[in-house]
Amino acid sequence: MSTALVTDLTIFVLALLVGIEVIGKVPATLHTPLMSATNSIHGIVLAGAMLIGVTSHSIAGYILAFVAAVFASANVVGGYVVTGRMLKMFRRREVQK
Amino acid sequence: MTSFDTSMQLVYVLAAACFVIGLHLMNSPATARRGNQVSTAGMVIAGIATLVLLIHSGTVTATGWAVLIVGGAIGSAIGMYTARTVQMTAMPQLVSMFNAVGGGAAALVAIYGYIHLENTGVQGTTTVFTLLDVLIGAVTFSGSIIAAGKLQGVVPGQPLLFRGGRLVTLALTVVAIGAAIFLLTTASLPALLIVALAALAFGVMMVLPIGGADMPVVISLLNAFTGTAVAMAGFVIGNWALIVAGALVGASGGILTKLMADAMNRSLTNIIMGGFGTGDSQPLAGPGDSGQQVRSIAADDAAIQLAYASKVIIVPGYGLAAAQAQHGVAELAKTLEEHGIEVSYAIHPVAGRMPGHMNVLLAEANVPYPQLMEMDEINPEFARTDVALVIGANDVTNPAARRTGSPISGMPILDVDQARSIIVIKRSMGHGYAGLDNELYIDPKTSMYFADAKKAMAELTAAVKTLVG
Repeated sequence: MSTALVTDLTIFVLALLVGIEVIGKVPATLHTPLMSATNSIHGIVLAGAMLIGVTSHSIAGYILAFVAAVFASANVVGGYVVTGRMLKMFRRREVQK
Repeated sequence: MTSFDTSMQLVYVLAAACFVIGLHLMNSPATARRGNQVSTAGMVIAGIATLVLLIHSGTVTATGWAVLIVGGAIGSAIGMYTARTVQMTAMPQLVSMFNAVGGGAAALVAIYGYIHLENTGVQGTTTVFTLLDVLIGAVTFSGSIIAAGKLQGVVPGQPLLFRGGRLVTLALTVVAIGAAIFLLTTASLPALLIVALAALAFGVMMVLPIGGADMPVVISLLNAFTGTAVAMAGFVIGNWALIVAGALVGASGGILTKLMADAMNRSLTNIIMGGFGTGDSQPLAGPGDSGQQVRSIAADDAAIQLAYASKVIIVPGYGLAAAQAQHGVAELAKTLEEHGIEVSYAIHPVAGRMPGHMNVLLAEANVPYPQLMEMDEINPEFARTDVALVIGANDVTNPAARRTGSPISGMPILDVDQARSIIVIKRSMGHGYAGLDNELYIDPKTSMYFADAKKAMAELTAAVKTLVG
């Protein structure tokens, strides 16, 4: 195992534990917005799609990078917008109409 | 590592920290919006860092830029449009589609990375992560699309089982594992594509036999898969931001999966094996056809009980959302509250089609979130409650779950039967998802109000207003 791999695995395991700790405290009321928020967070794969775009010099490579870019950006933008829309509806008091 | 690479990695660490802080702020509805903003900021930072990295590398061709910019613009437009227009009742489908594209993108990143590495020589450990990424990502992609189809009603909601289905699933597993083992010894793109195709077919076969009301578990599980696939993509391209983000999402999906499975008292294996339940729509049966005597009441009698109560708990179920009655319920609750009656909502963890779905639907109808109570919070309250109003909920209120020998035995339920009186609003005596008689309905304290939930809410509100107004 290379040092880089050991570092990556360490980061992965620690992030997993942090995730369990942090998300365990999210109340059930917010579980739907939590899911759409994590939707947009896994849209970080957009960065991956961009980075593979760097090395693509073939038609197949361009197509893969294109589809990945469409998917991942839909993920990021859609996830954040819909989470914001939902969270705006959670009010402590009823709004006066 | 050059100092440039190091600073880029540090920027990615900053982005990852924003994700963690953002999720942490979601521990209360009061700070959750700020959490979403912090998380968005993290994503913007990661995006800018990646752009800088690309410009710095100087190897991106004009076509490469065009592909990224056009792809990003199209994806953003689609994401923005659907996020703005989607109905709150359709949220589970949307989240499922987002799982699909996330998993799909992760799988594509790995496949592309593999093509690239094939020319330069593939390392053994990278192959393992590529394989895991492609497997999990592809299963998530096709499985999530089927799940979204079931939720939307495009694919039938009832469990779809057919002869030999399990055999097909088994064969797909063998093919995928076989190709994967071959790949570990020999670098071969066709073998990787076989793994991807088998995983895609497997995803379809996995979700088809699962019934509509088990969707909260399926969506959570696929969410966890997506996160894991993204983390694997991070291993493949050696990017910490992807690893951390993927691990966070994986943890979140995992926790929600466990919560949902516990709330149904069924093991994950049992749910994934499928075949349980009857789907969403019940064949309508006439009142009282189960042979047991139930007490049926009209709107006026129900309104009298409500108007002279001092504490009312509303128990909403998926039927409420299906009848689009959430605004009507909020209106009734408001009327009761204006006359000094304490109203709260008892939300079972699986009341909707995804974790927390019912809370969002009621929040949209302007119900203040402090009134939305979780099962453990509200259960001790039922004994002090004058009227429990059950709307569109069935199995989660069935006292049979407390005894052994029932298909839902051991499932945590809302203690509705502890209330002094119970009103159940239902279209008919049709069974719930588990296909059982609900013993709550024949309880002497229970009155059945047979009506469509939306109409019932309007009638009740009007009747209560004349009584107390």
